Amino acid sequence: MVRATLQCATEVAHFHEAESRAIVRSVDEALANVIRHAYKGQNGLPIEVTCRRLFSDPQKTNLSGLEIVLSDSGAPADPKKLCGRPLDEIRPGGLGLHFIKQSMDVVEFRRENGKNLLRMVKYLVPSKPEEKKSEKENRPCRLPLDLPKEG
Amino acid sequence: MQIAARPSEGRVILDLSGDIDLANSPAMRKALLGEIKDKRIPKVFLNLKNVRYIDSSGIASLVEGLKASRDNGGRLILYSLSPSVREVMELSRLQKIFEIYDNEEQALAT
Repeated sequence: MVRATLQCATEVAHFHEAESRAIVRSVDEALANVIRHAYKGQNGLPIEVTCRRLFSDPQKTNLSGLEIVLSDSGAPADPKKLCGRPLDEIRPGGLGLHFIKQSMDVVEFRRENGKNLLRMVKYLVPSKPEEKKSEKENRPCRLPLDLPKEG
Repeated sequence: MQIAARPSEGRVILDLSGDIDLANSPAMRKALLGEIKDKRIPKVFLNLKNVRYIDSSGIASLVEGLKASRDNGGRLILYSLSPSVREVMELSRLQKIFEIYDNEEQALAT
């Protein structure tokens, strides 16, 4: 259901098909990670998904796009494990975060008031058009400095 | 997700359709490893034409199947990848690790 809803949201925001699939895939992978890691595989626990359309302003200081925030009350995520694994080794697992990082323009995680918050943004135009794919692959996750604080 | 098997001498074609995600990738894994490890079929073909969506858990199952087939001296061959599957293969840089063909005719000719 989340996939179908997001698909509609991306179409309303005028994303191309491939970008739309990338957004849906990223959110789906993020949800799977919450179920697997934060909720330790338990189904039926709440995950809040907030989707907001972003609009550009005349000065172009803000870009058009889509912002998706996932919120869960599961176990705190370990920041060391939030950067995916290298793709050199061919083995099952550990690809979800890599997909998210590759597909989204902004990926930010923070812990706030006892909740894990994952914010992802996809812009309608590339935020850094000059950025090469290899640079994007090596880009670190953005982790706020106050991550360990518990609310 | 649905799986239909078309067995013949020394090979099996698994026609997959629908979404392969966290909820149903275990079923695909079971079917795949059943053919490779239990039945020891030397050539296993996966027809992915009607797979609308695959996530990292589905890809993990494919990698596991590939390793199992290599351990058995067999082959796991994928064909007719939908755009969604192809994108995920490229994102995970696995398109050169798997044997991938455009269609069934080409795949079966190998």
